Amino acid sequence: MTTLPVDNTTVDKTTGRAPLVLQHTSFDTVTSEICRVNEAKKPPMAWYVTMAISSALAMMLGALIGYLIITGVGVWGNNNPVMWGFPIVNFVFWVGIGHAGTLISAILFLFRQKWRTSINRFAEAMTIFAVICAGTFPGIHIGRVWLAYWLFPIPNQMSMWPQFRSPLLWDVFAVGTYFTVSLVFWYIGMVPDLATLRDRATNKIKAVSYGIFALGWRGSMRHWHRYERAYLLLAALATPLVLSVHSVVSFDFAVAQLPGWHTTIFPPYFVAGAIFSGFAMVLTLAIPARELWGLKNFITLRHMENMAKIILLTGTMVGYAYAMEFFMAWYSGEVYEQFAFINRAFGQYAWAYWIMVSCNVITPQIFWFKWCRRNIWVLFFASLLVNIGMWFERFVIAITSLANDFLPSSWGWFEPTWVDILTFLGSFGLFMTLFLLFIRFLPILAIAEIKGVMPEADPHAGHGHDHEEVKS
Amino acid sequence: MTSSPVQAGARPDAMVVDDMNPDTGTSQLWGLAAEFSTPAAIMEAAKKVHAAGYRWWDCHTPFPVHGLDFAMGIKYTILPIIVFFGGLTGTCLAVLLQVFTNSLELNIWAIVPVVGYQFEVSGKPLISLPAFIPVIFEVTVLFSALTTAGGMLLLNKLPCLYHPVLKSPKLKRATDDRFYLVIETRDPKFVRPQTEELLGSLDPDSIIELEA
Repeated sequence: MTTLPVDNTTVDKTTGRAPLVLQHTSFDTVTSEICRVNEAKKPPMAWYVTMAISSALAMMLGALIGYLIITGVGVWGNNNPVMWGFPIVNFVFWVGIGHAGTLISAILFLFRQKWRTSINRFAEAMTIFAVICAGTFPGIHIGRVWLAYWLFPIPNQMSMWPQFRSPLLWDVFAVGTYFTVSLVFWYIGMVPDLATLRDRATNKIKAVSYGIFALGWRGSMRHWHRYERAYLLLAALATPLVLSVHSVVSFDFAVAQLPGWHTTIFPPYFVAGAIFSGFAMVLTLAIPARELWGLKNFITLRHMENMAKIILLTGTMVGYAYAMEFFMAWYSGEVYEQFAFINRAFGQYAWAYWIMVSCNVITPQIFWFKWCRRNIWVLFFASLLVNIGMWFERFVIAITSLANDFLPSSWGWFEPTWVDILTFLGSFGLFMTLFLLFIRFLPILAIAEIKGVMPEADPHAGHGHDHEEVKS
Repeated sequence: MTSSPVQAGARPDAMVVDDMNPDTGTSQLWGLAAEFSTPAAIMEAAKKVHAAGYRWWDCHTPFPVHGLDFAMGIKYTILPIIVFFGGLTGTCLAVLLQVFTNSLELNIWAIVPVVGYQFEVSGKPLISLPAFIPVIFEVTVLFSALTTAGGMLLLNKLPCLYHPVLKSPKLKRATDDRFYLVIETRDPKFVRPQTEELLGSLDPDSIIELEA
């Protein structure tokens, strides 16, 4: 039926945008190519290998948490004055990773960036799994984990309530809301695709399990009407939410009086950094996934290039924030503030500072060149470097300010223990395990949305000659 | 209406009429579906069915066809209004929660007596509205988002795990690449030959009978 020609360009032309879907001109082939990921009898060998490694790491995380609970937080390198060691660094790192998913699913949706449809589903999945990893760390950092429910306003026999004037409590609400809303957004977006998998199911177990989660979706236009409205509303709600979450995370630092923390630039700087690191993680995951499961027709080089551009933009914003922090330290005339920044760049943690600067400020600058934006290997290694750099950013912020504050007599030195390092590695295991399970069992791309952005989906395109052909 | 052998419509050449269930007489006709293969075709068809004055009818499409909802004459949903009140509930709840727990001392009768916890910290006032803003915002967003998702499902009467459209294996491609226009028998204007003739005149790929 379709008469539109195949267009496989991935570079934006002067006459218009490059297509979002390559090769395909019919909806049916799009469905089967994406569902193939879930319907294949066996996933690629690489899936088993990564699953073995990451589930082992995830089990190690569980064992280490058990060890921590039995022994106490002394197994970590946290000390006085560095009370916030790896757990808070890891928490901020993982929450930041999550932000790209919501940016792609919500903010780019409001800006009508249609290229988001190919990457939004697994970016949202990444958000949810990253927030799970993030939530683990403050949960175990509180020391007596069995009292974690004290974080929530639950009536209790002590007549005690949480302290609502503290940014740490704001964080509980921000991260809790963020996780819930991201989960709802992800699930609602997935319902029509689960219905597709249900209708294609070859056995009863698949049909029933996908069927239950598809909620009986039948593609009714009356449903689609409310669904589209709901999706828009969720995007409009998630947009300020995602900006608020990392702002609140930055308040954990900025509301404290510590030199290097007590600055008003923190909220926008943290948000830019979060999006920066999150996009790097999307690239790190998308590049192997599109190779292994043959999704190159949907996640095209154009998508890669767009993500590289966002990394360049946000990386430069982060670089600007680093420079501005130094400027403000000097301009404020505040000696403690000046010391804090000189100490970051040339003090005992200078190595961490320069890893951060070279990974976060210098690395993304290669994306000014088109060749780098379109070379998969360059993209992949740059994304890894950005991930490393952004972890070190949180390390530099949290550790240097705590280790060297106002009084030299109270200065200290932080050194992670093996438990710290392996717990962090274990969180990657948890993240990857969840992600691999997602790839195997859930629709990895937003099938219905991808069909909707194909030129064939326009009710006015190709209509004329389509019917003339039938009649002639 | 009991099932009967399908009568040929006005344009038998354009219609591929599907057979009924072999054990005829036991199944109840629920509606008629016309199958289309392009968004443009169902758009045209929907306009005509809407113009013919049908009310109990629907289109089933693999993705939201742009503009089809308004071509069908669907009224704009009240979902945003519901969401507004959901969000407002969240705002009020968050204000009350924080003011009550951090400042008030009320002995509310309960099994466990609950009183506010007046805790002076760094000279901040007990009711410190600026400090309450982040939580108010988050709870507002949380309630709005949950209302959006829940309200959408409720208005759509989902979950609905049994439906004649889901029952028919012929309509499975509604979630893949086909577009179906379904007219239900309960529509006051539904009269078998006329409705079938109307569907036939829309130039569908086939007409399918749906059982209840």
